[in-house]
Amino acid sequence: MSAQAALLIPTEPLFPALEKQPMPRGAEILIQALVHEGVDSIFGYPGGAVLHIYDELWRARDRITHYLVRHEQGAVHMAEGYARASGRVGVALVTSGPGATNAITGIANAYMDSTPIVVITGQVPLPLIGTDAFQEVDTVGITRPCVKHNYLVRDVRDLGAIVHEAFHLARTGRPGPVVIDIPKDVSAERASYSRLDHIRFPVVAPISRPDKRAVSRAALAILQAKRPVMYVGGGIVNSGAAEELRAFAEALQLPVTPTLMGLGGFPSAHNLSLGMLGMHGTYTANMAVSESDLLIAVGVRFDDRVTGKLATFAPHARVIHIDIDPANVGKNRAPDLSLIADAREALAALRAEVSARDHTEIVRSITQRTRWWDQLRGWQREQPLRFNGSRDQIKPQHVIRELHRLTGGEAIIATDVGQHQMWAAQFYPFKRERQWITSGGLGAMGFGVPAAIGAQLAFRDALVVAVVGDGGFQMTNQELATAIQYDLPVKVVIMNNGYLGMVRQWQEMFYERTYSEVDLSVAPDFVKLAEAYGAFARRARHPEELSEVLEAALAHDGVSVIDVVVEKEENVFPIVPAGANARDMIFQSEGV
Amino acid sequence: MNHTLSIVVADQPGELSRIVGLFSARGFNIETISVGATLDPQWARVTIVTRGDDRTIDQICKQCARLARVREVQDVTTRPHIEREMALITVNAQEGLQRQEVLNLVGVFRAKVVDISHEQIVVEASGNKEKVEAFIEMLQPLGIHEITRTGRIAIGRLSNVEVVPTAELEEDLFAVAAH
Ligand SMILES: Cc1ncc(C[n+]2csc(CCOP(=O)(O)OP(=O)(O)O)c2C)c(N)n1
Ligand SMILES: [Mg+2]
Repeated sequence: MSAQAALLIPTEPLFPALEKQPMPRGAEILIQALVHEGVDSIFGYPGGAVLHIYDELWRARDRITHYLVRHEQGAVHMAEGYARASGRVGVALVTSGPGATNAITGIANAYMDSTPIVVITGQVPLPLIGTDAFQEVDTVGITRPCVKHNYLVRDVRDLGAIVHEAFHLARTGRPGPVVIDIPKDVSAERASYSRLDHIRFPVVAPISRPDKRAVSRAALAILQAKRPVMYVGGGIVNSGAAEELRAFAEALQLPVTPTLMGLGGFPSAHNLSLGMLGMHGTYTANMAVSESDLLIAVGVRFDDRVTGKLATFAPHARVIHIDIDPANVGKNRAPDLSLIADAREALAALRAEVSARDHTEIVRSITQRTRWWDQLRGWQREQPLRFNGSRDQIKPQHVIRELHRLTGGEAIIATDVGQHQMWAAQFYPFKRERQWITSGGLGAMGFGVPAAIGAQLAFRDALVVAVVGDGGFQMTNQELATAIQYDLPVKVVIMNNGYLGMVRQWQEMFYERTYSEVDLSVAPDFVKLAEAYGAFARRARHPEELSEVLEAALAHDGVSVIDVVVEKEENVFPIVPAGANARDMIFQSEGV
Repeated sequence: MNHTLSIVVADQPGELSRIVGLFSARGFNIETISVGATLDPQWARVTIVTRGDDRTIDQICKQCARLARVREVQDVTTRPHIEREMALITVNAQEGLQRQEVLNLVGVFRAKVVDISHEQIVVEASGNKEKVEAFIEMLQPLGIHEITRTGRIAIGRLSNVEVVPTAELEEDLFAVAAH
């Protein structure tokens, strides 16, 4: 060691107790603030701009476990899966430039599906910002349209307060992603920090108390409705309103139809459930909405995949819209009555209002809907969800049925995007909220595997199954390594149809079978691929193999992957073509 | 229909582009925009003039209102208010008759001469949109060299009773004259 270096080694303080503790560095403040927010897990990927933070994370590894992903998109989807399964805020950490751009898909996905996550991105040092420095991108600018809020931390003294506000924003009101962009020098500078640090700007508290008069008007309208339908979405899940919803629907015997995001918010097998509505929803749910005289929309946003052609959506219905986000109300369909409120509180208030009424009034309300229920039951008999069985080919719908049987309906199901996603939504009846994790608004292929891993981290002992397509699996399958490394024993079911199936279906139905660029027949051997990662893997080609292979995969202790070779040209039915109305529903392929 | 939106937002980098982004993401054109301090230096007021039906405007107001750093959003068009904008105009004004003509118009429109050369004059005009536009129209035949216009700003009237000061009356007259 040179003499000069030796001089740099600090000498022991004479009176250690009196020595003033240096103020913490930005990176340390970040970690402390995260711990104060209850964070114990972070999904991330290091790089130059976050080196200080990673150095600090290493020191704090007994308080926060970092999960090293294999691609930043995976980190954010894992944070989402974690958040969606647990209701807690998921956290991802990535570096500047390419780290941040790789994270964008996940951020946009969380924004569309109102998932509470905080994404921390590194940034080049403050003096280099705006100079096209190495690995510099304007992260705050790029993410602005797809975050609930974002920050560029310019002063280390603000950092703690920003972290606390970010978590508050992510989880309150309509939840969503918040990005904190931290320049490298800020993470090295020192400042004092207290967990009580808060932002100077008063955050407007979202109104969650439903307006009393609106509640009683809504209750009256519901009591008097002859053909009501409850159209419920992700807001039920986010506000933890499933119990209230069930109690309210049961009290008045109201039919309920969940959106794709609302699945699990109402038990699929409940006798009041009409099944999912929308593009691939049930005949009954879509007909019910078409004929309804009162639509009770809770925690939904009248998305085009639900409404089809807006002008003919629920044409005879008055609409009561309950949502926490005022901007959702009247966006696509002007309601006749709106309640800006938390879904659970609104439903509780409605139930209280109804039960305060004369019992005979409730009975009258229920009995005047007998004909409506006859009609609904008739539709259910007429067009139940169904598929044609096969002796020599595995039917994808059958895979989901078997999965449901073998898991006793208790598994947490995460999906990718495509046909398999819709079959999972249709054929796996969900019992409870947060059992269903899918990419709804953005429809991002690649979501399934990492989302399942995140959910598995939230519930280590739960059975978590990722249902994915052969296309989407190839977008993020590298995260199998993450699952193996941290012993997060997800089960991956690849519905292998050798196609970008959903796109192929549209080409078959709406483009005269011109199969343009949807052939995935050149693919790796998924069993060998999974084994190469160290996972247990099996393949099922024939219907008689399916149960055994599924069972083996589900029973395996660790990560398992099964490659289920399904009928290549199976289609998802029913389908309401984009922009059409419910009555134009198609039930089977032409010529079948 | 034209709407004048008045938005109070934290005076911090990036906040303005959040607001503007909400308009561009929906394909809305911003006709004018102006930003200035409020009494409290932490907050700035953004005044945006845009066009749209009541429902879309209502939607955009709600979107603005949910931004974390926006304190209030008002569509001032819905209540009694006063609007002003300003223009700086370089107009040809050769010494002699032409110059006399410009100065006459400046007097009639209660505008101001702020710079002058042998060939041209820079004038400053302020008032409501109609007045400023009427003035520009009158100057046009003389040969306008350049125009810079501010965005519109607005403030609520003190009461709903129209107490119209004399200057206001004149301006209203101009509004008629312009048509
Ligand atoms: C990132 C991304 N790119 C493209 C699409 C468009 N897209 C929607 S479904 C689909 C096909 C998915 O194929 P696969 O994963 O094999 O599932 P399948 O439909 O066959 O079940 C595609 C390409 C998308 N949703 N996401
Ligand atoms: Mg496929």
